[in-house]
Amino acid sequence: MSKLNRRDFIKISGTASAGMVMTPPLTSIWKTIFSDEEKPLLENEAKKVPTVCEVCFWNCAGWTYLDKEGNIKKIIGNDIDPHSNGRLCPRGTGGLGMYYDEDRLKKPLIRVKREDGKSEFREAEWDEALDLVATKMKEIEKKYGKESMALLFHGKTGPHFEHLFKAWGSDTMGEPAGAQCLITREAGFIATYGAGLASPEPTDVRNTDCLVLIGNHIGENMHNGHVQEVSALIDKGGTIITVDPRFSTMAAHSTKWLPIKPSTDLALLLAWMNVIINEGLYDKDYVEQYTYGFEQLKDHVQKYTPEWAESITTIPAGDIYETARLMGGASPRVIIHPGRHTAWYGDDTQRTRAIAILNAILGSWGREGGFYFPEKVKLPKEAHPPFPKPKWTWKDISRDKHKLAIMGITNELIDHALPEYKGPYKIKGMFITATNPLQSIPSQDTIRRALDNQDFVVVVDTMPAEITGYADVVLPEATYLERLDHLRTAHHRQPNIALRYPAVEPKYDTKPGWWIAREIGIRLGLHDYYEWEDFEEVLDWQLKQVGSSMEEMKKVGVKYFPRKTPMYLKPGEEYWFNTNTGKIELYSTDFEEWGYDPLPVYKDHGENPPGFLRLIYGRLPMHTFGRTLNNPNLFDLKHDPHLWVHPKVARIYGLENGQEVWLKNPKGKVSSFPIKVRVTERIRHDSVFMPHGFGNKGRIWVDGKKLEMHRAYGRGILDSEMIYNIEIDPVTGGTGLRNNFVTILTENPHKKEAKS
Amino acid sequence: MAIEVNKCVGCADCVVACQTENNVPHGYSRDWIVEIARGEYPDLYMHFESQRCNHCDDTPCVRTCPTGASHIIEGGIVKVTHDECIGCGACIEACPYDARYFHPEGYVDKCTFCDHRVADGLDPACVSVCPTTCMHFGDLDDPDSEISKLIRTRENYTLIPEAGTNPQIFYLK
Repeated sequence: MSKLNRRDFIKISGTASAGMVMTPPLTSIWKTIFSDEEKPLLENEAKKVPTVCEVCFWNCAGWTYLDKEGNIKKIIGNDIDPHSNGRLCPRGTGGLGMYYDEDRLKKPLIRVKREDGKSEFREAEWDEALDLVATKMKEIEKKYGKESMALLFHGKTGPHFEHLFKAWGSDTMGEPAGAQCLITREAGFIATYGAGLASPEPTDVRNTDCLVLIGNHIGENMHNGHVQEVSALIDKGGTIITVDPRFSTMAAHSTKWLPIKPSTDLALLLAWMNVIINEGLYDKDYVEQYTYGFEQLKDHVQKYTPEWAESITTIPAGDIYETARLMGGASPRVIIHPGRHTAWYGDDTQRTRAIAILNAILGSWGREGGFYFPEKVKLPKEAHPPFPKPKWTWKDISRDKHKLAIMGITNELIDHALPEYKGPYKIKGMFITATNPLQSIPSQDTIRRALDNQDFVVVVDTMPAEITGYADVVLPEATYLERLDHLRTAHHRQPNIALRYPAVEPKYDTKPGWWIAREIGIRLGLHDYYEWEDFEEVLDWQLKQVGSSMEEMKKVGVKYFPRKTPMYLKPGEEYWFNTNTGKIELYSTDFEEWGYDPLPVYKDHGENPPGFLRLIYGRLPMHTFGRTLNNPNLFDLKHDPHLWVHPKVARIYGLENGQEVWLKNPKGKVSSFPIKVRVTERIRHDSVFMPHGFGNKGRIWVDGKKLEMHRAYGRGILDSEMIYNIEIDPVTGGTGLRNNFVTILTENPHKKEAKS
Repeated sequence: MAIEVNKCVGCADCVVACQTENNVPHGYSRDWIVEIARGEYPDLYMHFESQRCNHCDDTPCVRTCPTGASHIIEGGIVKVTHDECIGCGACIEACPYDARYFHPEGYVDKCTFCDHRVADGLDPACVSVCPTTCMHFGDLDDPDSEISKLIRTRENYTLIPEAGTNPQIFYLK
């Protein structure tokens, strides 16, 4: 075997390439002059402050450790936290890089026109920036009504601004976490069980015997609790079935990998139902007692045989029978995982409903080793006058078209912000916090036109992402390690709350979200909704109402409360589901009434356009979308994204490992930046894969100086830039993003343009 | 140390935990992830290996060190005394695992198995943070330790055994 060379495998993770150059060291004399070797800080010698991670939505609780000088040294999971069990994922461990990132937004910025007609930003004081935001919001109110000011948000900072908007009188809001992510899955489960899944998904992975993952990359997505429970499942030798066109990390750890042809998942799900029903592998007592429409389902799936599905999915019928029997054998201790980002092909509610139905006939809902009934702590809300009733809300934009638009549909809000929109629900101002719509909402061109059509755009964020460049005012927010937010009350097996408390004062001239929202609120005359000066007062009051206190929470970080209801159904227990029939609706009476297919029907999503490869995008375990790319710690782990291509494709295009290529979609759109090729058998020959969130091109000018995420800028290709085909899910308005295709360019297309 | 490759997801939490624990400068690392894949689509095999200094029993790095900066401490951990290191790089060349690097402050640096934590009864940072709990640390000299039992009962391999260094990290299948 040849000598291992670390420089060859930094493609997986390791260190920055520059750092790998073996430079001769300084002499020992220089060393004694300059050496200021830091000693590691042991946890028991350090001050610790409770936090709730904000690097992703899993919101693990942990401790921020500080040295004697008060510097943040490390973040470690809280042992009693059910989201992390004391073990954060790489992003949580590296979360301190968010605080130390020197490219952070540091001062409020106001857009100004330069003499040459171009615009740039100038630094401003908070008072001036906040006054301007309030003035502009009032102008929009006067001109169009408060409702025309929309809020796009994400993360734990969102609720502060939701409160501001509701108090002011606008409920025109949405977050990409809905239409671009999990709304279709929520709708599929609501239509079936009368209950959604929320986060963390109440899948009882650690107790299951059989876990089925469909396009769900646990291990590449670091949904921490689930990663840990899957690991425990591997320990006990449980069955894992992974359905994925790509040989994902979890496919490699699975009992059975089904390399499916992309876009055909529903055919597989229906064929599984066919086998499970026809071979009597379903949970008969459960189906009898709790479900509605079994006979219709049985008739419906007769035509969907494994042999038929083989012709669609390319998965051999024998494998479909075998995996269906594995699931049936494990029933009810089986989970067909609902997934998270499920906005794929435009019929996603139907696909996720098929997942819900399959779980139902296997009797896994409300069962140990299936889906548990989660519970959460309901904290009392601080008293304030009722919110004013807006003349119209996001519901008026989306609910007529999509009956299960259970939250604001961001892409439809964007459509209502376009110049060609002439209807009554016009959006003319945008308040954007902790989301980067240019990456998170599809169709960049549409978003740019919508932004250009706004009278006023405010961005509240910690980093200068692309969206910052479209703002009139930029308000720099403190990172999660420097601020207080709402208590985490996410549901789980055991109800619990977790505290995020600032470990340090906000760096630079940044402010916590609650402070920014309140200051704007006061300027809008909303004093009655802010009868506190420090958000800590609200939390302290809330904690006292549930028998705890700020003092206690600072010591424990996470606190548990007793369950009020059982976690699983008791044998034969009578149970009412929140559906029209009070049962689990295999056949959806709502869908029948609303004109959607009451049982999922397979629809063909077409083939690749000739000469084009399907664009599959996904996650890397050390990054959360584009938000973490510039984090110095996480950048170190992975900063060079790769385009996975099958060796056949590499031969056709003449590609080599590490070669830079550009992508072009059928509409002629060419990627701004190149990406390096990775030739691997782990991807189908008809598809390419690349991680989401790279290809950052945000760059602004502040008082003549460039401000950008300098590490992340220009690295790799952003999938959102290449996505041209957005297939809308009729039930929810969710945006199917996976019927998109690209071809590979080996010559720099931008160079050519420059020459001609 | 023993690492279960059937559970590792290659997330690199071990890498970043080591960096923050040991103040490893940005751009450098004491541990790293390697992907091992074989086969042709769809008959494939893949696992990750979290790699670092193997704290070998037979140590070419220590043998080649002209100043004695590279040494073995009680318990078998291979360490570098930074103040004694002249940065000649002989150990870097001698290590078959490429586990050592030049620290920008002028010495050779590498994994210490977090001996400062071990002395305090804690696991190394990489082991303690791993979300999949695929990493195990303990006393290989004690036949009754959990890690000795794991290595006895599970099929395992070491890296580049032909180098003859008797590496002390065992990968469990």
